[in-house]
Amino acid sequence: MTATTRPSGSTSPRTGVPRAPDDSLEPRELGAAPRRPAGHRFRTRVLTPYAMIAPAILLFLAFMAAPIVYTVALSFQRVQVQGLGLGSGARKTVFAGFSNYVAALDAEFLASVGRVLLYGLILVPTMLGLALLFALLLDSKRSRATRFSRLVIFLPYAVPGVIASLLWGFLYLPAVSPFYFVTDALGLDAPTILSSDLIVFGLANIGLWGGVGFNMVVIYTSLKAVPSDIYEAARLDGCSEIQIALRIKVPIVFPALVMTGLFSLIATLQVFAEPTTLRPLTNALSTTWSPLMKVYRDAFTRDDLGAAAATSVIIAIVTLAMSFIFLRIVQKRAFGQED
Amino acid sequence: MHSIKRGIAATVAVAALALTGCSAGGGDDGPVGLDFWAWAPNVDKVVEIWNEQNPDIQVTVQKQDGGDPVITKLLTALKAGSGAPDLIQAEYQKIPTLVSSDALADISGDLDADVADEFADGLWSSVTLGSDAVYAVPQDSGPMMFYYREDIFEELGLEAPTTWDEYAEVAAAVHASDPSRYLGTFSANDAGWFTGLAQQAGASWWSIDGDAWGVDIDESPTQQVAEYWGGLVEEGVIDNKPMYTPEWNAGLNDGSQVGWLSAVWAPGVLSGNAADTAGLWRAAPMPQWDADAPATGAWGGSSTAVTTQTENQAAAAEFATWLNTDPEAVAAMADVMGIYPAATDAAAEALTTSPEFFSNQEDFYDVAAEAADTIAPFTYGPNVNVTFSAYNDEFAKAAEAKTSSAFLDAVAEMQQITVDDLENTGFTVE
Repeated sequence: MTATTRPSGSTSPRTGVPRAPDDSLEPRELGAAPRRPAGHRFRTRVLTPYAMIAPAILLFLAFMAAPIVYTVALSFQRVQVQGLGLGSGARKTVFAGFSNYVAALDAEFLASVGRVLLYGLILVPTMLGLALLFALLLDSKRSRATRFSRLVIFLPYAVPGVIASLLWGFLYLPAVSPFYFVTDALGLDAPTILSSDLIVFGLANIGLWGGVGFNMVVIYTSLKAVPSDIYEAARLDGCSEIQIALRIKVPIVFPALVMTGLFSLIATLQVFAEPTTLRPLTNALSTTWSPLMKVYRDAFTRDDLGAAAATSVIIAIVTLAMSFIFLRIVQKRAFGQED
Repeated sequence: MHSIKRGIAATVAVAALALTGCSAGGGDDGPVGLDFWAWAPNVDKVVEIWNEQNPDIQVTVQKQDGGDPVITKLLTALKAGSGAPDLIQAEYQKIPTLVSSDALADISGDLDADVADEFADGLWSSVTLGSDAVYAVPQDSGPMMFYYREDIFEELGLEAPTTWDEYAEVAAAVHASDPSRYLGTFSANDAGWFTGLAQQAGASWWSIDGDAWGVDIDESPTQQVAEYWGGLVEEGVIDNKPMYTPEWNAGLNDGSQVGWLSAVWAPGVLSGNAADTAGLWRAAPMPQWDADAPATGAWGGSSTAVTTQTENQAAAAEFATWLNTDPEAVAAMADVMGIYPAATDAAAEALTTSPEFFSNQEDFYDVAAEAADTIAPFTYGPNVNVTFSAYNDEFAKAAEAKTSSAFLDAVAEMQQITVDDLENTGFTVE
């Protein structure tokens, strides 16, 4: 803020022009009158930054911190009913201690975590592998129509998850799917994707279709930032294009891969829209297929906000912990040179 | 600086205004204003008739998304202490949950004694919960009926089944004629549908015994129904895919779904999802377990209830009574809303010509009226939501497993989950 409004002669950190010796650190533009009581100047100087960040802080408090605090508070409460539970005063909210947390870690929840981990195991490596492959292909010297290809690969990312799931849902249903129409016409016996054995692949496919383009752009952008003299030097040393890709480009974009990997991991744990949209189409998806679906069911189907809040807190903590561990493991390799 | 301060002050002021704006109520003078949350299509047109006739009590309809979201919204408004309407459209299975959350006013004191006589006993018991209190006035009902493709039945030389044994035979014959054809599907997505089938067999999943709830899901009527359907799915003569999917719609259109166990509102769904098959369907009474004692279940239906947050309970109850018993209102509901009114006699008077989709069948509403008369009694409990979501999960597994024993296990699981939930919440369960 202050850097841009300072009188241009006083400083220019970017170009490294030395500051004029008599120019103090005091920003001038705020003091319209040159001599003001010291107290007022002090207040202005101290309070201005706070006033500047106040909107952000207020928004953060209202829309991030308060809901989190409320969720944590809810997770320690439960509804207590007496007798038949009919009529006024039959239902009251009581302190639950950790009972919601104990109840949240049931077999259903653990099973949903297991399913989501399998989903992530299929999705994340495939998605990042394809994204990297496409980015390298687009970046290679010999590729044609790169702008068009980039757009086409990226386009599915612009389709919201719910819409994508509906589209794929149609394609997965044998009676209305052109795929099954073709395989039937050819006399082939196509597997039923909406069966309990294959549904996880069907869901991973939707995630893959939507996610490859975004990750490709991130990796491609970081490839574009590499100065071309590195490649020229490599070519002079006799590197083939494949060697350049594997020995130079991949190591250079590794930090980008780590970042996209982390985001994909978090998104995987929070998968909700795709299975929820597909659920009415098949018997293979339960209302608690993913952890967030269980939260949704507890909160809005079972009207048990305490259980839903406790599960949410657990998911948040596990996500944080996993992100942290993941970063710790790969940080050394990815960012080692920058330390 | 000053402008920022002023900006913040202005923002706060606007926010404060917006907040207080919500709670600004009408003055003491002038007509009574009632808010009515409802989702049934065109309900506002029926309300207009009331507003013209009753300048002192003006009702405003606030359109809602549907039966589930409106309950979530109402309970949230009640927790917040304000924002709830005076009247609400509530499905029958939601009434115990709402009463248990102290959301519905007991309007027994505001009603004439003869209001109860307008409705079938089974329906009236679901708005009183078997007590002396009255928590709502029945609005519409969904007596279950059997729909089938008359043309395909004729082609195969089949007759509409009158018993479940015959239904199984017809199902086998239909599937044998073409492996892609089914007489119906067992849908793990539609808990209300299965509840209606169990109701027909004599089940009543909850009961009130003094100060305790009884849960009777895993009992012989429901077990009988589950075993029957599990057997048909195991045999492969009945499909195991959910209803209301694009695939199911395609099946209704191309004749691979030859029948549908549905309710009186089916013409609306069929004309929307399979418009080209108009005139090819026929409605019949449900197949029976005991042909000498015909019964049916209800799938769907809702009531008009007065909330505990209203300040005009008497006026709200008066409107609810008018909407659901006045001949003009009932006729309008049947006509412009396309629902099957719960007030038996008024409905019979209003509904004379068959729906357009069933123009081939003159006695459509006679079949419906007979079905409506035989709706078996059924008591819903305070955690229907839990039981219904247990149905979705457990019967999805069973339908996927395709064995009769898995269907029976699903019933036992539903019982267990329902009882556990009641006990965990603190209800007394016998």
